[in-house]
Amino acid sequence: MLTATRAPERPSSYLTDGYGLKSWLLTSDHKRIAILYLISITFFFFIGGIFAALIRLELATPAGDLLESDVYNKMFTMHGIVMIFFFLIPSIPATLGNFLIPEMIGAKDLAFPRINLLSWYIYVFGGIFVVYVLLTGGVDTGWTFYTPFSTSYSNTKVMAAAVGIFIAGFSSILTGLNFIVTIHRMRAPGLSWFRLPLFVWAHYATSMIQILGTPVVAVTILLVAMERGLHIGIFDPALGGDPVLFQHLFWFYSHPAVYIMILPSMGVISEIISTFTRRRPFGYTFIAFSSVAIAVFGFLVWGHHLFVSSQSVYAGMVFSILSYVVAIPSAIKVFNWTATMYKGSVELSTPMLYAIGFIGLFTIGGLTGLFLACLGMDVHLTDTYFVVAHFHYVMVGGAIMGYLAGLHFWWPKMTGRMYPVLWSKIAGVIIFLGFNLTFFPQFILGFLGMPRRYHVYPPEFQVYNVLSSAGATVLGLGYLIPFIYFMWSLKYGKPAGPNPWGATGLEWQIPSPPPTENFEVTPVVTVEAYEYHAQEVVEVG
Amino acid sequence: MDWKYLPIFPESASNFSPHIDALYAYLVTVSAFFSILIAVVIVVFAFKYRRKSDSEIPVPLNEHGAGSMLLEITWSVIPLLLSLVMFGWGAMIFFDESKPPADAMDIWVVGKQWMWKIQHLEGAREINELHIPVNRNIRLTLTSEDVIHDFYVPAFRTKTDVVPGKYTTEWFRPTKVGEYHLFCAEYCGTKHSGMIGTIYVMNANDYDAWLSSGGTVGSMSEKGEALFQQLGCVTCHQSDGKGRCPKLVGLYGTNVELKGGATVVADASYIRESIVNPLTKIVNGYDGIMPTFQGLVTEDQIQQLIEYVKSIGPKSAAAAAGAQAGTPKNNPGAAANPARGTRP
Amino acid sequence: MASHATVLRHHFENGEQQKEASSLGMWVFLLTELMFFGGMFMAYLAYRQAYPDSFAAASSKLNVTLGMCNTLVLIGSSLTMALAVRCAAAGSGKKLVVLFLILTLLLGGVFLGIKAKEYHDKWIHHEVPGANFHPEDWPKNVDMSHASLYFGLYFGMTGLHASHMVIGVGLLLFLIIRANQGAYTPEWHTPVEMVGLYWHFVDIVWIFLFPLLYLIDPNFGRQ
Repeated sequence: MLTATRAPERPSSYLTDGYGLKSWLLTSDHKRIAILYLISITFFFFIGGIFAALIRLELATPAGDLLESDVYNKMFTMHGIVMIFFFLIPSIPATLGNFLIPEMIGAKDLAFPRINLLSWYIYVFGGIFVVYVLLTGGVDTGWTFYTPFSTSYSNTKVMAAAVGIFIAGFSSILTGLNFIVTIHRMRAPGLSWFRLPLFVWAHYATSMIQILGTPVVAVTILLVAMERGLHIGIFDPALGGDPVLFQHLFWFYSHPAVYIMILPSMGVISEIISTFTRRRPFGYTFIAFSSVAIAVFGFLVWGHHLFVSSQSVYAGMVFSILSYVVAIPSAIKVFNWTATMYKGSVELSTPMLYAIGFIGLFTIGGLTGLFLACLGMDVHLTDTYFVVAHFHYVMVGGAIMGYLAGLHFWWPKMTGRMYPVLWSKIAGVIIFLGFNLTFFPQFILGFLGMPRRYHVYPPEFQVYNVLSSAGATVLGLGYLIPFIYFMWSLKYGKPAGPNPWGATGLEWQIPSPPPTENFEVTPVVTVEAYEYHAQEVVEVG
Repeated sequence: MDWKYLPIFPESASNFSPHIDALYAYLVTVSAFFSILIAVVIVVFAFKYRRKSDSEIPVPLNEHGAGSMLLEITWSVIPLLLSLVMFGWGAMIFFDESKPPADAMDIWVVGKQWMWKIQHLEGAREINELHIPVNRNIRLTLTSEDVIHDFYVPAFRTKTDVVPGKYTTEWFRPTKVGEYHLFCAEYCGTKHSGMIGTIYVMNANDYDAWLSSGGTVGSMSEKGEALFQQLGCVTCHQSDGKGRCPKLVGLYGTNVELKGGATVVADASYIRESIVNPLTKIVNGYDGIMPTFQGLVTEDQIQQLIEYVKSIGPKSAAAAAGAQAGTPKNNPGAAANPARGTRP
Repeated sequence: MASHATVLRHHFENGEQQKEASSLGMWVFLLTELMFFGGMFMAYLAYRQAYPDSFAAASSKLNVTLGMCNTLVLIGSSLTMALAVRCAAAGSGKKLVVLFLILTLLLGGVFLGIKAKEYHDKWIHHEVPGANFHPEDWPKNVDMSHASLYFGLYFGMTGLHASHMVIGVGLLLFLIIRANQGAYTPEWHTPVEMVGLYWHFVDIVWIFLFPLLYLIDPNFGRQ
């Protein structure tokens, strides 16, 4: 049924269907919009990365000798804001999700193509505010904007930053809305829910969170702006407000937000593990439902960020136990991915290396989350480097590895080009090693008691900090390499056929890069998902 | 295991530290076990099942492709059980941490950008330092003058946020004489990382010596009493109850009936709120005529006033007797000062 | 354009898929709006429970008559909107559709006008949080320190609602123009239905706002 053939001479594709800036900036093609997003989020990734580099450079020595305290505080604040709201949250959904979901379900586009384009413009508009903040002095409240510091004390560009994040939130909401309607209403005939690729399930669950959670943070930011501008007293105790109410409202979104960041990566990993073991994912149904379970339970645990905030002990107990419950579906996924490899036909391609790296690092990150869900333990560890290490393991070792895995997997489909395989594997190994060197020492630092967001620290913490900064250098270099060879491949990469990996899924049945309308004729699906026996895989040119 | 430049464990200096460290060991063991297990299994599978020829396609494991209800249940239930142990153990410690013992020695703390101000009941005041006796239960009552801070002592494994507009408490029993780091652990602006200090745990004699040196004038409750006169509180809150305002003698710790029927306990938070926001809770039978003193008293002064109100509370006589008499074990160096804090 | 029975976008298989997608899309959007308003409602409920007297006293400064008027106006506008949708679906002719849409628009305008008057009244009575905030005629013995909290949430919640009304008015203008061009037929009048859903939602939000904000205890503090 599916044969991979040598790529024909560059026929018309979505890339060549219309030239010039206007054809890109006014496109309604989900694939072009995905590329627009890819370019903008890469831009923000580098900005966030520069802040990270400055932070780690400063922290190599205990004294504050590189930056002033105020500047340092702005560095970690803006690193967080840019990386979370302008890189991680859009990353996979807006690039890979936008590109692939219509193809994976046999559709010509998303349900609302113009709203898709609007979501990109909204994102860029929000991003302009952030760039403005950057250029005019920065913001120093921490990405978490805790009150009353952010509402009544900070002298930095809090309003502009808040407006930028508020606006970008609508981009996220519209993307989620588009995916939900698309997945419900535009699946090809025969494509029932349980024949969907797990990537689609993951994005469905992510979209649920985006539409339900993001509006709450939007309104919270609105309240912060009202407090800052009009002093209504909602978060200021001097006017009768409760600063801890802000924390509840903020984390009600921001905890589910972390699942927005990880679920799409998990979807990517399911696809890659399956392709490079030539097996249907073990426990497909369990993996699918675990995504939804994570989305639902993710809304019930926000109070674990407030264990020492003066929240009641009993509330703490409820949130703690629910936090353990939400960990179980993730564990189920990890076990199922591992089981998929059992008696599989394993190929250690670059995407597979990244996927395996993801499983290892996400497991560590997730397990260290259990430390923090543990009430007595969290009292000691919260607000220390242990938390910083934990979330970087899941966000960088997890989400970003998953994003890179996905880019390496679908790059030939999106661009019609292959990248140099040896360099891609070298980069993957450098990233893996650099990452661990950067963040593992931070677990130890946290348990020792080094608080987070510290500009200067006692000298006994220096050795671990130096190790961490050294790792960051390696990691930074590691990230540059894919950027270079991906760019290189656009012009010099080997042309790729429709299905260089021998994968299943509708997206691999159309040319690479795909034509604008994806499918000339809407496919009719008659096989289960991941049906490797239905294909004969032949070596690809 | 601990080398000077690569330490792993901080000092263990409170009653909670050994429990936290044991729990940490359990968590690390479980985590290491599963991480290594997954890593090893993946590496083994990657090699054992590596692709031998390009056209090979593995046979599905069962008629549905791949899946096993038994495995799914096993690897859901076992992690859940291990997690429940983590939950239960952590919850027990947390619950203990939330219940200061009745005989705990009170110390008042005010955090502000960017320093810690500490008051001992006997009147001693400290900035960024806290001297305490070993093997005594210590309860800190904390508030902030501005933004949220956090009072963190890694060696004790305890921390609590310090929130403006309310009191938070933490308690511990230092078990080892020494000097330990105090850190602010909630980002609070420019000098967040400079808002640090030292906890000096001393043996009982040294502590008593330290207390009586320093030349402090007046205990907290004495200063509170002076403020009570100075600010004119005494004109309404007359000790015979004949003023226009509720009598404060015998009040502290009792139940108060409010206008509208609700009842509250007259604890430290209630007294503080009555000073800064008097109309929020009006005592039944009285009019809301008390002006607010917000801005006219500092948080330190409010703490002194509270100590004064405590000292004229109903239990003051009983507690003074109790503090002298049988105190819980590990309490050498009994009260040198009979005006020490009473029960909350 | 006006002569086509349906306006089928190229990425949809058929008109039914397009209509179902539009409908689901609007419902999902309204769900996000529910969460949006919900955040502020939660903050309001938290503080009302904490400071009931302060909130009751502040709330008693609102003009219940005007609020009631607005409620009736909005319910009326939902009626006219529903009639517009019905006429479009029944093919009663574009004049009727346009008429009902215009009536909806006018009623929406009345609502906004009354709201503007209320806001103006608050401004001149110094009840707007900010530099000039000092409410008058405060009942004795009642905590005033949380009044700015009430009024801040009042303006936040009604302001958010009013901005949604303004967007609704814009959408209605668009519909009126298109309806006048004969764009909506019994076979395809999806935009009318979708705007109808939106309008009803905004109406329902007001149905909750009105009692929460206006009807705590209108005679509070007065014997």
